[in-house]
Parts: sequence; C-alpha cells; structure tokens
Amino acid sequence: MTMTDLELLLSGALLIALTLYVLTGGADFGAGVWSLFAAGPRATEQRRVIDRAIAPIWEANHVWLILVVTVLFTAFPAAFAVISTRLHIPLTLLLLGIVLRGSAFVFRTHDPDSDPYRAERHSAMRFWQWLFGLSSILSPIMLGIVIGAISSGRLDREAVGLTELFVRPWLAPWPLAVGGLSLALVTFLAAVYLTVEAADQDLKRVFRLKAAVSWGATILFGIITLALARREAPAIYQGLVHTGLGHVLIGFTALAAMASLVAVRTGRDRIARLAAAAVATGILWGWASVQYPYIVAPSLTLFDSAPPGTMGLLLASLFLGALLLFPSLYILYRLFKGSRVQDGPDT
Amino acid sequence: MSDLLAARAQMAMSLAFHIVFAAIGIAMPAMMTLAEWRWLRTKDDQYLLLAKRWAKGTAILFAVGAVSGTVLSFELGLLWPGFMEWSGPLIGPLFALEGFAFFAEAIFLGMYLYGWSRMGPWAHLTAGFIVTMSGIASALFVVTANAWMNVPVGFELADGQPVRIDPLAALRSPHAWHESFHMILAALAATGFLVAGIHAFLLLRRPGDRLHRHALGIALWVGGMAALLQPVSGHLLTQSVAHDQPAKLAAIEALFQTQAGAPFHLGGIPDEETGTVPYSIEIPHGLSLLLHADPNATVPGLDRTPRRDWPPVAVVHLSFQVMVAAGFVLAGLSLWCGWRWMKRTPLHEDATLLRSLVVAAPLGFLAIEAGWTVTEVGRQPWVVYQLMRTSEAVTPMPSLWVPLATFTLVYGFLALTVVWTMWRHIAGTAEHRRMESHAGP
Ligand code: HDD
Ligand code: HEM
Ligand code: HEM
Repeated sequence: MTMTDLELLLSGALLIALTLYVLTGGADFGAGVWSLFAAGPRATEQRRVIDRAIAPIWEANHVWLILVVTVLFTAFPAAFAVISTRLHIPLTLLLLGIVLRGSAFVFRTHDPDSDPYRAERHSAMRFWQWLFGLSSILSPIMLGIVIGAISSGRLDREAVGLTELFVRPWLAPWPLAVGGLSLALVTFLAAVYLTVEAADQDLKRVFRLKAAVSWGATILFGIITLALARREAPAIYQGLVHTGLGHVLIGFTALAAMASLVAVRTGRDRIARLAAAAVATGILWGWASVQYPYIVAPSLTLFDSAPPGTMGLLLASLFLGALLLFPSLYILYRLFKGSRVQDGPDT
Repeated sequence: MSDLLAARAQMAMSLAFHIVFAAIGIAMPAMMTLAEWRWLRTKDDQYLLLAKRWAKGTAILFAVGAVSGTVLSFELGLLWPGFMEWSGPLIGPLFALEGFAFFAEAIFLGMYLYGWSRMGPWAHLTAGFIVTMSGIASALFVVTANAWMNVPVGFELADGQPVRIDPLAALRSPHAWHESFHMILAALAATGFLVAGIHAFLLLRRPGDRLHRHALGIALWVGGMAALLQPVSGHLLTQSVAHDQPAKLAAIEALFQTQAGAPFHLGGIPDEETGTVPYSIEIPHGLSLLLHADPNATVPGLDRTPRRDWPPVAVVHLSFQVMVAAGFVLAGLSLWCGWRWMKRTPLHEDATLLRSLVVAAPLGFLAIEAGWTVTEVGRQPWVVYQLMRTSEAVTPMPSLWVPLATFTLVYGFLALTVVWTMWRHIAGTAEHRRMESHAGP
C-alpha cells in the first residue's frame, strides 16, 4: 500500500466517522431540541418518547466524535494543531454544550426518588430540562461553525491580533450559516427518527409535523449557505456549482430531500428515515469532495500527514476495531430500536 | 496569572475531575457484575437488587465520566497544540485503540443498564463483563500514553523531529506496564473502599441488613485485594521511575545531594533554597535499600539536574507521602478485614471496623489525586520528558483564564450536583428498604 493510499483511506475513515456521528449523535442533539420545544397537552409523552429513544444509545453514538478527534490528531497532526488553536473559542463552546447536555440528561432521567415526568413541575427538573434543551441547541451550531470555518479557507491566512487570529475565522456569515444548517439538519433527522420511535399514531403525527417544519428550515439554510458561499467560500461554491461532480452531489441531495418530504407527508416513516440520512450524507460528502484534497484550505492537504508507520498502524487498528464494533452496535440497536415495546431503565 | 499557568491549571483541574469518574467507571462495572453473578449462583434476590442499585448510580457517574473525558480529548489540542502536533503520530494510535475500548464500554453498558428485561440472565452478565474488561483496556491505553510522556520511546530524533517511528513501542515499555497496572489497582482499591465505607455507614444505621452485608463483602473483596497489591506495584513503579526519570525520583524523595547510602525522608517540607528537608524523619540508608536492595548504593540527587529543570520539589514530595500513607492505611484495613474473615467472625458486627471503614472511605481517591500530582508535577518542566517543555507546547491563545474560570465553575457545579444526587440515591435506598421491611407481615 502506498502512502497516498493510506492517506486517502484514512481521510475516508475520518469522513465516515463524522457522517456516522452526525447521523447518530447529531440526531440525539436534535432530539434534545425537540424536548425543549415539546408543547401542548401531550408534551410529557413526547419527552418520554425522546428520552427512551436516546437513553440506551447516546453514549455509544457520542464516541464517534471522539474517534474523529483521535484519527485527526494521529493522522493529520498539523491540521489538528491549526484547527484547535484558531478555533479555540467555538470548540470550547462545543465542549460546554456536550458536557451540559450529557449531564443534564442523566440528572433528569435518573433522578433517584421520583418519576421525572410526574415531577415535571418541580423546579429542579425544569432547570435540567432547560439546560438539556439549550445545550442541545448550542452544540450542533458550534459544530457547524467549526466545519464552516475550516472549509472556508479562513484558518490559515496570515493574521495578527486577537480578533483576526481567534475570532474572525469563525464569527463570519458563512460559518454562522453552516452552524444554522447543522442545527436544522440534526432537528430534521431527529424528528424523522422519532416518527418511527413513537408508539401511537397521534404522537407519530406530531413528529411528522415537526419533521416537515425542520425540513423547511434545512432547505432554507441550505440555500442561504450556498448563496453566501459565492462570496464567502468561493472554492466551495466553485466546486459545487461549476463542476460535474458538484452537480451530481447537489442533485442527489435534492432528490433525497424531496423523497424524505414525500415519505414524511405520506407516513412512510422508515423510508423517510432512510431518505433523511441520505440528505445528511449528501451534504457532508458534498462538502468533503469539493474541499478535496484540502483539510485546512488553503495550505494543509490530506497529504500533510503523519509518517507511514503511524498511518499503517492506525488503519489496521481502525479495521480491527470496526470488526468488533459493528456487530456490537448491531446488537445494541437490535435490542433497543426494534419494534418491541419500549420500557425505561429498570430499577 | 500567566497563560501558561492558566493552561496548566485547566489541564490539571479537568484531569483531577475526570479521574474520579474514570476510576469509578473501571471498578463499578466489576462490582455490579460480581453482584449479579452471585445472584445467579445463590438465587438470593438481595444480590440482584444490589446489582440494580449499583447500576443505577453507575449510569450517572459514567455519563459524567464520558463527557469530561471528551473535554480532555479536545483540551489536548486546545491547550497543547505544540505537544499534539509533535507527538500525535507517536501516541495517537493508543488513543484510537482507547476509542474502540470506549465504544465497547458504552455499547455494552447501554445493554447492561437498559436490557435487564430484554436479555437472558447470562447474556446480561456477559455484557457486564465486557464493560469491565473494556474499562480496564481503556485505562491501559490511556495510561500507556501518559507513560510515554514520562519515558518517551519508539523513535529517533533528526533535527528535533521524530523519525523511524514505532508507535507500538510504547506498549512494550516496562514503565507503561508498571504505571497502568498501578492505576488499575488504584481504581479498584479507591472505589472498593469508597463503596465499602458507604455501606458500612448504612450498616451502622441498620445493623445486619442483608443487602448492605452483601455489598460490603463484594466491595471489600475488590478493594482489599487491590489495596494489598498496591504497595508492591508502587514499589516496582518507584524502581522504574528511579531508572528512567532520576529528577522526578529525587524530587519524590527530596534528595538534593547525590549520595551513597542515601536516607529515606519520612514527611518534612523540602526547602529548595537551602537543599534541606526540615521536620522530616530520616531513616539512614533507607532509600538505597528500598531502590537497590543495597544499603550503600548511590542514588542520584537533584544536584545532577540543572536548577532550571527541577520540578517543584515540595509539592511532589508531599503528594508522594500522602499517597503512600493512604496506601498503607488501606492495606492495613484490608489485613484487618482479612483476619476477621479468616477467624469467621462476622465483619459487619464489628462496629469499630465499620467506623474505620467509614473514615477511610475517601482515602483511595485522595491517593489517586496525590499520585497523579506526583506523576504530572514531577515531570515538570517537561511535557515530554527531556524533549519538549511545557512552555513550548502551550497554545498562543491569550486570556486562558476565561476558559479556566468557566470550566472550574461548570465542574464545581457538576461535582456538587453529583454528590447531591448520589446522596439522595443512597438515602433513597435506605428509605426504600425501611418501607419494605415495615410493610412485611
Ligand atoms: C489508591 C491509590 C494509590 C495507592 C494506595 C498508591 N498509589 Fe502510587 N499512584 C497512584 C495511586 C496510588 C495513581 C494516582 O494511580 C498513580 C499516578 C500515575 C499512576 O499510574 O498511578 C500513582 C503514581 C505513583 C508513582 C509515580 C509514577 C510515575 O511518575 O511514573 C509512584 C512512584 C508510586 N505511585 C508509588 C506508590 C507507592 C510506593 C505506594 C505504596 C503504598 C503507592 N504508590 C500507593
Ligand atoms: C489515567 C487516566 C485516565 C483513565 C484511567 C481513564 C479512564 C477512563 C474510563 C474508564 C472511561 C470510561 C468512562 C467512565 O468510566 O466514566 C473514560 C472516559 C473517557 N476518557 Fe478517560 N481516562 C484517563 C484519562 C483520560 C485522558 C487524558 C483523556 C483524553 C485524552 C481521556 C479521554 C476520555 C474520553 C474521551 C472518555 C469518554 C469515552 C466515552 O464516551 O465513553 N481520558 N476514561
Ligand atoms: C493518562 C493520561 C494523562 C495524560 C495523557 C496527561 C497529559 C497531560 C498534559 C499534556 C499536561 C500538560 C503539560 C504538562 O503540564 O506537562 C498535563 C498536566 C497535568 N496533569 Fe496530566 N495527564 C494524564 C493524567 C492525569 C491525571 C489523571 C491527573 C490527575 C490529577 C493529572 C494531573 C495533571 C496535573 C496536576 C498537571 C499540571 C502539571 C503542572 O503543570 O505542574 N494528569 N497532563
């Protein structure tokens, strides 16, 4: 295997891990957003569906992000150093969101002596609920901002001064639009998944409505992002709008988006779930393929990588790890995501 | 506060927080799996109840451990980009392996916590066993990465850059094995005695309660075995430090002058200016004997290290004393319990022993914090021993006191909430059982 093969394979692994994170862990954040906005006479039931859907799996889903970080710093250490230096602020906010979301969720759902739902009027419970919802909003926005900043070629410009170095790269229209897109996308994913999770027809309808609304938000932010890219991220715009590959990717994502809406409206929840996942994958892979070969444009490519010994070992461990991981994940999802009745943690 | 100091403080604070949950995450799965296994063997329902109670508490602690660990993975880059750029290719694969251990841990813990009614009893037990093994594996990988910072191996230097990299060398380094083994024992000992202390407290209030007797038994077996092995493991680790990190060893022992027949300083407050250790008790030839089994062996002191490369001697020496003292108290308690067990007199009827266990409950965690202070502060001023200075690794980001203050507040708040929740959890257990027994016939 040549060095180039290793670099391509490992950046592919990085992209797959990121995609799986958005599809699983991202949707858990989206579910948190819906928990915050659960309203109406059946708000408590909605929260119950959400909690039961994510409780057994969110920690496993979250590990995809850790894998992304470790592969990045092992295989592409220079890129990792630039990203974590220049994006210190949004990354720190992302972390705060992750910490508060996870803690608020367990404090809320594992409260020792009461049924959290009965105690919903209790002020401590309400506080955890708020914190859970707000941090579920914060994290996907920050993740989007980080991706936007990396891809718009702002990180590696020579700069002096605090704001130029550490604020301007991400506090700009394009990264913010990508942040919005990312939030809309994870809420869309979550709403669609929840239509499958909800047991009764009435709740399914509620989540279908939420799915349609967040579908609209996703499309809106998608268009804003693309329009802003023209001026703010010209290389991305160029790649998406003026190349054959770009057209194929946009076409694929648009088709998947239409299919998901139709499936949601007609109540074909499982097809909707597949199509929604295809939308998210289309967006991520579209971004990655127009950014190729840069990891941090315009100076660090995926060929600025670690020495071959490290790359080979990393690839081998990812491969062996995957052999253990995917069957285990399969069992986990089979146990908790089947059509069986949902029940909470036993006490 | 300088930015370097703020970065160090933030790293230290995040690690000191995470390690508590990490240690619990290693030992609690072992204990709850043991309880469940006892249930399957004896059909005593109290064991099942115990496994479920422990599992419920573990769910909260594990989640806090996972999120605080995520913070650490990012902080390595947020605070020390220079370090990660340089050593990512060398220790990165260890973190990737650790990532798979985390996956296994989180996946099977999800099954364990939520799958009581969905899996057969032996499948459920197996899930618990896999959680335990992956917790141990993750500790092994991450401590090996830390051991590499202490004793870097597996590369050659060309113009200050590592070449001919062999990332697996870290796993073959003897220091890594000593350090990992010591950490895994520490997790078992600290958690075992913490849990034993809690159940001893509850037994004092409800003498003879079966659930708490079972709990005390399991916790003491796990904690006691580990605590008895810990001085042996610590001794081997000390010898390894003496071999590879002479400046750290000199700081640990507050040995300012290189000496043949070096003494052992018990206690005392080392004074870097005068090179003396006031208020210490000196055991002549003690150190040479301990390290080399020869009362007249020469032990290199801090005078062999340039003054600017000294770690803060007093902090390291005192932390070491705290760890060792705690270690001997726990080992002593283990012997006491073992003696009672061999005499076949019920442990739980000895109120003095129970009270001692309550008092000793936090000692293991105190030793863990102290031990890590020895390791990390003792490595200063290096982030990678003798290759990269902490000051060369730190991020250029200014105003680092802001994230430091933010995370300190958040973690302080989380710590209080965890303690409050656990306290109510335990009080809830006691309450629940009281009601249960009153409702009896
Ligand atoms: C329950 C906890 C506990 C107990 C009872 C002990 N230790 Fe320990 N010690 C730790 C918990 C710990 C630790 C916190 O887990 C450390 C930090 C790094 C590591 O791997 O383990 C550690 C580090 C550590 C180091 C530094 C290693 C390095 O810097 O590379 C030495 C020399 C010792 N220990 C020696 C001892 C001795 C001689 C003990 C005698 C009783 C002892 N420890 C008891
Ligand atoms: C001696 C030090 C350490 C030990 C023994 C240790 C062990 C563990 C264990 C057993 C867990 C499982 C979660 C839990 O039990 O709560 C965990 C979680 C985690 N640790 Fe640590 N850890 C240590 C230091 C670190 C460091 C330095 C990092 C960062 C690079 C780190 C990163 C993580 C991450 C990312 C998780 C979350 C995994 C998940 O989502 O399940 N740990 N650690
Ligand atoms: C096993 C995984 C660990 C890794 C990879 C790790 C890594 C690091 C790094 C990169 C630094 C900053 C550079 C430096 O100051 O040398 C640091 C500092 C520090 N760490 Fe660790 N650490 C680990 C475990 C721990 C644990 C569990 C503690 C628990 C208390 C701890 C306590 C500290 C302290 C006190 C400092 C600051 C030292 C000083 O600046 O004086 N470390 N560690």
